[in-house]
Amino acid sequence: MSDAALAHEAHEEHPTTTGLNHRKILMWAFLGSECIFFGSLITTYLVYRGKSVVGPYPDEILNIPLTSVSTFVLLMSSLAMVLALAGFERAAGSGADEERKQRELKKGRFWLLMTAVLGTGFLGFQVFEFYEFVHHGLGLTTNLFGTTFYVLTGFHGTHVGVGVIWLVSLLVLSYFGKVKPLDVELGGLYWHFVDIVWIIIFTLIYLIPS
Amino acid sequence: MSTEAAHTDEAHATTGHYVRIAIILTVLTVMEVATYYVDIPFALLIPLLLVLAGMKFGLVVAYYMHLRYDSKLFSGFFFFGLTIEILLLIALMVLFGIRSG
Repeated sequence: MSDAALAHEAHEEHPTTTGLNHRKILMWAFLGSECIFFGSLITTYLVYRGKSVVGPYPDEILNIPLTSVSTFVLLMSSLAMVLALAGFERAAGSGADEERKQRELKKGRFWLLMTAVLGTGFLGFQVFEFYEFVHHGLGLTTNLFGTTFYVLTGFHGTHVGVGVIWLVSLLVLSYFGKVKPLDVELGGLYWHFVDIVWIIIFTLIYLIPS
Repeated sequence: MSTEAAHTDEAHATTGHYVRIAIILTVLTVMEVATYYVDIPFALLIPLLLVLAGMKFGLVVAYYMHLRYDSKLFSGFFFFGLTIEILLLIALMVLFGIRSG
């Protein structure tokens, strides 16, 4: 191991004043700020809800069956993510023999891959939905619904895309022995956050009639 | 709680436990989607959907994000942002509601 890597590892294990890992504190602070970011977009959508003066209107084009399936896909990706973390934690745990650790690591990698695949699937649904909406005449500047809808769901989709890149990076780095359970946990926190934002979006935009 | 202590607690959450949470989340989602097809009075529909979404939100945050087992400081960071946003949402909804009569 290089000196830089050793110094990095020593820094991670250094006791902190709170007794908590600084990277994890930073991630939770970031997620707190993300609540405000997405909340502002959701609020904007709600205050302009039903105020479009030209169509197409939400009731005319929102596809509930399709979005229900994509919601289920994202929910299952959260399950895959938590199983990936469990695999990496068991692989890094003490007590188990080397063969079992390797088996757990393989499981962790498999579920990490599944999370990325399901996330990509969700993005596919979103691209299809946007394509359909544009085909029905709803652009970014068509009306207030189009503007607030595309900005909100577009930013969410971008977050999912970033999450997929993050997960694939973790997967690749794990083959070089550079991924610790904490790295997977931080990626997982981000992924679950993206999931809970969609839980809110699905209810407020798709299910509550305007 | 330290990270190590948190991980000790997490060891109690087994694969079966995570799968059970996923099943509950799926059932709640099915119930949500069902409200779209069943004729429910609007006054009842909104609270019902918000409760169902809140339950899903709570389950993911508590069990999948491990806030139930982790340090209260992490919960503080998260819910501070969430509280500010909910207050902002209520304030703007009231303000825009008054403006539009």
